[in-house]
Amino acid sequence: MRIPRAAAATLIIILVGAAALLTYQYYAQNSAPSPLAATTEFTTESSSPMQSTSQANATQGPSQTLVLATTTSTVDSGLLDYLLPVFERQYNVQVEVLSKGTGQALAIAAQGDADVVLVHSRTLELPFVAAGYGVHRVGVMYNDFVIIGPTNDPAGIATLKTATKAFSKIYQVAQQGPGNGVIFISRADMSGTNTKELSIWAKIEVSPGNESDHWYIEAGAGMGTVLRMANDMKAYTLTDRGTWLTFKDQLTNLKILVQGDKTLLNPYAVIPVNPEKWPQRNYKMALIFAKFLISPEGQDLIGNYTKGGLQTFIPIARNYTAAAGLGFPDQPQEIAWYDSTNPSSMSISPLLTMTISNEFGQFNQEIEIFAAAH
Amino acid sequence: MDQILEGLVQAFWLLVTLNHELYLILFLTLRVSGIAVALGTIVGIPIGASVALRDFMGKKLFISIVNTMMGVPPVVVGLVVYLFLSASGPLGILRLLYTPTAMIIAQVIIAAPIVIGVTVSAVGSVENGIRDKVISLGATKTQLTLTILQEARVGLVTAVILAFGATLSEVGAVIIVGGDIRWVTRVLTTAIVYETELGNFSFALALGAILLLIAFVINWVLTRMQWSGLRR
Repeated sequence: MRIPRAAAATLIIILVGAAALLTYQYYAQNSAPSPLAATTEFTTESSSPMQSTSQANATQGPSQTLVLATTTSTVDSGLLDYLLPVFERQYNVQVEVLSKGTGQALAIAAQGDADVVLVHSRTLELPFVAAGYGVHRVGVMYNDFVIIGPTNDPAGIATLKTATKAFSKIYQVAQQGPGNGVIFISRADMSGTNTKELSIWAKIEVSPGNESDHWYIEAGAGMGTVLRMANDMKAYTLTDRGTWLTFKDQLTNLKILVQGDKTLLNPYAVIPVNPEKWPQRNYKMALIFAKFLISPEGQDLIGNYTKGGLQTFIPIARNYTAAAGLGFPDQPQEIAWYDSTNPSSMSISPLLTMTISNEFGQFNQEIEIFAAAH
Repeated sequence: MDQILEGLVQAFWLLVTLNHELYLILFLTLRVSGIAVALGTIVGIPIGASVALRDFMGKKLFISIVNTMMGVPPVVVGLVVYLFLSASGPLGILRLLYTPTAMIIAQVIIAAPIVIGVTVSAVGSVENGIRDKVISLGATKTQLTLTILQEARVGLVTAVILAFGATLSEVGAVIIVGGDIRWVTRVLTTAIVYETELGNFSFALALGAILLLIAFVINWVLTRMQWSGLRR
């Protein structure tokens, strides 16, 4: 069998091309102007060529990038558009935001493809930290979930006070037959909202999602899409309040039916990616970012952010009672650690000693403390 | 209907007011697709032509594989490229994930099979008579190949047009390997997905109209090239 000459030539072209590309990549990374180059080894690694192109006309391009894997809610609520410019200016850094569901954000970080995560699912965060992918998980802020549904409320949940009662009622009415118009739409995307929804079904020992559950729609989509689907189908769903406020004006068929239950609280945590697992990540900048979020200044910024005149997130980093109630029992120690840590020192110690199982057991009790404190 | 009209008006407005972000997105879209199609063509036409012009063992198998590759969902290509470029993948050390380069790599893998496949059929369908005639005129091997490629020109340009169409409209792969990062890796298609998710339908549609406009301009230029000198 003869190898066609042109094919061989092409192979050579591919190899030469690949080599040229890699050389370009290498030089672009290493020659990026960087005022901090002398003080940190991370600058060269984290500058990438597209940065130098996209910012060529900027008077003073950022010297570093930080890849933040976060949830759609922090982006769609507008919080990051408000916070990040302050951070970027202050630390001369460009933040690249990957806006995914919490599950996907954590998966990306576990693969070593992000520097820091800002997410909202305790059930996914604790295994992420326990497996050594992230360090120094610390509470930043919270808002809450609300159960929304069609204004005529065919399942009759509007008078109920708790999420579990509302979900039970939706389930019962839906079981009575398809004719009564009860539909529940699930994100079904392992987002923070989705894991919260599943945990509520688990509490009432229902596991919807069988082929015969025609009332339960697994959308596999982001919050905005699911809210619009719910509006079109006159369905129930669980949403975070921030995204609801963002889209409320478009959703004329829907309204909030159940809110204010403590199980519906929605805490957000920031977790730098473990540098021992992924030494090539920008751990230093991840620490600076976490420190910024939990600093009194960052907390004030979060607390002052409003959407349509309403506060969207409530800062908790330095309110230890609230933090404990929201599932951050080690908050005082973690805050003390961040406050005393110089990001350049690259330390990840100590505090990795907490026992995960214990923390799970304490959760309900902590929620009680939190409720009492408010 | 109002939203569609509003979208078209917005598209026009964004273009004439030289909206900075739009032009960044537009430029990146053209850059990624353009480089990907160029590389795909450089690789694809020689391979396609040499496969069509020669007989070798496994020729039909090769063509079948190429034709299958033409139908592989781009999102699968994206996933594989992601796993290669991820920090935990074999090429993670290059740190190419979430860069335009990563998007170009995925797009080349999508474009090359299209160019190869169409080239094979275009070159393969050049009449044997032409071949014999050129040989009888005493042409060298290179001259023969060039003449056949010249004859297959319409088909070859079609290959490029199809590859351009595929890469311009591609969304699944670039969203995985590019991450749809604002200012960095957001292209027209991923911007449309993002704006649709936010419910900004007319803005999303405006971006769609602009995408169509670019596709039309590129096709128009290529089609003129394709048929120039062929009027009979």
